[in-house]
Amino acid sequence: MAIIEREATRRGQTAVAERPKVTVRDLKGKVDPDWCPGCGDFGVLAALKQAIAELSLQPYEVLTVSGIGCSSNLPGYLSTYGMHTLHGRAIAVATGAQLANHHLKVVVTGGDGDGYGIGGNHFVHAMRRNVDLTYVVMNNQVYGLTTGQLSPTSIKGMTTKSTPFGSVENPINPIPLAITSGATYVARGFTGQQKHLVELIKGGLQHKGFALIDTFSPCVTYNHDNTHEFFKQRTRKLDEMGHDPTNFHAALEKGFAWGDEIPIGLFWKREDLPALDELEPVLADGPLAHRSLGVGPDAARALLKELM
Amino acid sequence: MKTVDLAIGIGGAAGQGIATPGDILARIFVRRGLHVNAYNAYQSIIRGGHIFLTLRTSDAPVLSHGDRLDVLMPLNQDTMNRHLRLMGAGSTVLFNSDTIKPADAAAGVQLCPFSVKQLAPGLRGDLVQNTIALAAILRLIKVEFEILEEILTLQFKRKGAAAVAENVGVARAGYDYAETHFRPFPFSLPDTGKPLAFFEGNQALAMGGAAAGVRFYCAYPMSPSSGVLHWMARHGRQLGIMVRQVEDEIGVINMAIGAAHTGCRAMCATSGGGFALMSEALGSAAMMEIPVVCINVQRAGPATGVPTKTEQGDLWQVLGAGQGDYPRIIVAPTNITDCFKIVPRLFNLVDRFQCPGIILSDLLLSEGRSSADPAEFDFNVPIERGEVIGLNGDGPPANGYKRYLITDSGVSPRALPGTPGYAHVVATDEHDEDGVLISDEFTDPHKRQAIHEKRMRKMDGLLPLLETPALHGPDDAQVTLLGWGSTEGVIWEAMQQLADAGITANNLQIKWLVPLHGEEIVSILSRCAKVLIVENNYSGQFARYLRSETGFAADGHIRKYDGEPFMPHHIVDGVRAILAGSTKLYVPVHEIQV
Ligand SMILES: Cc1ncc(C[n+]2csc(CCOP(=O)(O)OP(=O)(O)O)c2C)c(N)n1
Ligand code: SF4
Ligand SMILES: [Mg+2]
Repeated sequence: MAIIEREATRRGQTAVAERPKVTVRDLKGKVDPDWCPGCGDFGVLAALKQAIAELSLQPYEVLTVSGIGCSSNLPGYLSTYGMHTLHGRAIAVATGAQLANHHLKVVVTGGDGDGYGIGGNHFVHAMRRNVDLTYVVMNNQVYGLTTGQLSPTSIKGMTTKSTPFGSVENPINPIPLAITSGATYVARGFTGQQKHLVELIKGGLQHKGFALIDTFSPCVTYNHDNTHEFFKQRTRKLDEMGHDPTNFHAALEKGFAWGDEIPIGLFWKREDLPALDELEPVLADGPLAHRSLGVGPDAARALLKELM
Repeated sequence: MKTVDLAIGIGGAAGQGIATPGDILARIFVRRGLHVNAYNAYQSIIRGGHIFLTLRTSDAPVLSHGDRLDVLMPLNQDTMNRHLRLMGAGSTVLFNSDTIKPADAAAGVQLCPFSVKQLAPGLRGDLVQNTIALAAILRLIKVEFEILEEILTLQFKRKGAAAVAENVGVARAGYDYAETHFRPFPFSLPDTGKPLAFFEGNQALAMGGAAAGVRFYCAYPMSPSSGVLHWMARHGRQLGIMVRQVEDEIGVINMAIGAAHTGCRAMCATSGGGFALMSEALGSAAMMEIPVVCINVQRAGPATGVPTKTEQGDLWQVLGAGQGDYPRIIVAPTNITDCFKIVPRLFNLVDRFQCPGIILSDLLLSEGRSSADPAEFDFNVPIERGEVIGLNGDGPPANGYKRYLITDSGVSPRALPGTPGYAHVVATDEHDEDGVLISDEFTDPHKRQAIHEKRMRKMDGLLPLLETPALHGPDDAQVTLLGWGSTEGVIWEAMQQLADAGITANNLQIKWLVPLHGEEIVSILSRCAKVLIVENNYSGQFARYLRSETGFAADGHIRKYDGEPFMPHHIVDGVRAILAGSTKLYVPVHEIQV
């Protein structure tokens, strides 16, 4: 509660208890998901709705931005404002939207290919800037929508349509990448651990700054290596392992762990760094989107005088 | 009638301080109300190379940097070697004889050597030489020394009284030396009493953005567009404009789109290479129906091309940017005042039609500097945001809000994120009126057709709002020079020269490229005796565009693609050659290596 209140005052919004109640049903989108039955993405959608509802974020104050992929279809299944942008560009679009109206709660959703592959450059730079975004990646370690090719998080040796003889490349590990790039909230969830995932997303939504919630969201159709069962057997919660998310080196070490034991939970969090919008003097007068347009006569005269 | 038409060339290596004397001269001229046009030929180099600034002034409007120089101020031997041979009778060459030796000059060229060692004993360096030459020029055109003294005092005040005294002293020596040793020009510089402003096209574009109410500007540095970024960065805080340098141009346009979606006006600028990276997102702005403005300041391509040289080579890139058909506006401003005025105008149009707008400038226009009447730069412009609903608390219609409601105009009322009751999803996938995807689960060809036609109908509404092009010059001219964008000034000047030579010419300059007033253009051109298309590229990109849109084929072409802009005589020579029947395509050879 303390965090929520602090968060609320920082944002200039009302505290959770005072906000009109929002139910999971209120958050249902115009259509139902067309994901394959059993797709992990259902779990992410459910957890995100639950998190928004528990925080009573009003749907009209939330902007959910995605790229392209099975996972990126998510905004269409949610009743918040949404932008279904280009493949790999969600973070860039979301950054513009967040900076132009920092009273919105901007959530970004998408896939591993979308965020860590084609969108990798925007991802890294948004983290270094500590843009106030909550980024939920449905990491299924494969390209789902394009029917099963290698993704940047596919494990070495994985056979896919584009690597029929097994991949020889090393995958990217988003957790250490995010920690070292400057993200200020770095977590990993698993759709097989719904309650846990809801808490991680809630933590991200309440965090002022860039929050990554990389989520194992198994693709039942194209990934037969990293399945629901695979993660069920291996994932272990960081808080049960005595991890301290304010310890940078421990966070990195846990972030690199992979094998019989795969940690999930909050790896890293720091609250002492301002988010990008908090550093911008231009935003002192409120969101850009709400300002009147134009240049006053005195300012105009001064601009021309410079050129005479 | 014009009494003065004076062109001064200052050349040297990068880092020799060419800009300062150029700026001082320009300021002196515009404060007297004289018109100025300046073009700086430079290379992608920070030190060395050859930089050549042409500064032309007159009491009549100066349409281009002209054909000839009256004064040459070479700051090194290389510049002397390159340019002296082009100096004609009546011109003057001022140089530091300690380090620079002239070759043979043409008859009637006044060589004005001065010795820095002798005039400023104990002082050294390029800046001393520059100050002496500058003072000498001012003496030759009879500008009072006090004016220079005041400027130098202001410039060196920060460095202390000693620095002021030293510089003013050096200038005085140069001024007095010129008085006793060199022949002055046979005119004195008039003062119209109506001071003008002096700036580059990029500044005009940036100020146009400010006037339009841009609240979000982002860019990735790329010559020759960075001037817009620099202006915005310097003035953003004071004007309430957020300015961001982004990781790449894909990020730039997407960030601008994100910002624009929330309701603020967002703009970005780049050059051809960066624009290539923006293609997909421009289509996405049209698909999501988000108004955004992007400036492409063209430089010579392809690829990295010639980063510091001009070209009109991106027309087809811009026409073809992005997959599929989508509504958009493409406009090529024709002069510096236009650069300013076009931006708020374009924002009003893209807001109304909820689509991307592209401004096609080029290095000549964007980095070239011109004087302009400050009264033309009226920041009090009309601002029309188009149909935005729900802002005053009105709830959505009883049957629900449809973001992409199918309408006759193709324009659907827009609601901004944060507005209660209007939540919706915008999508780059094809969608129905509700924003629901029709491309994934099953595709509905009828819905696709209807929504595609809805978007494209915007183009029909747009066209009548754009002014039709009109002939400049005599209706019954022997030759019509058809150009687009930045070449207007040089074409007008070529027309004057042609008239002096007994050839009547007029000009049809095209500014609005998409949508194009094809019918009106053809109806005008069909009444013209001979139509020559003038453009700064290899393949005649506009000629091909006009033909593809209208079937009109011109009688001849004048093209230049060596990186340097047209000079008036290039066009005059082209007209003569084509009228003489010796060619249908004239490509001038640029006379000088810069
Ligand atoms: C510029 C571009 N390149 C390629 C594609 C094709 N494409 C669509 S989704 C996708 C990959 C999706 O993978 P991921 O982001 O992991 O999402 P998933 O489907 O696995 O949820 C690709 C390559 C595209 N839409 N745009
Ligand atoms: S292909 Fe995979 S990721 Fe896509 S919907 Fe099906 S299960 Fe989910
Ligand atoms: Mg994937």
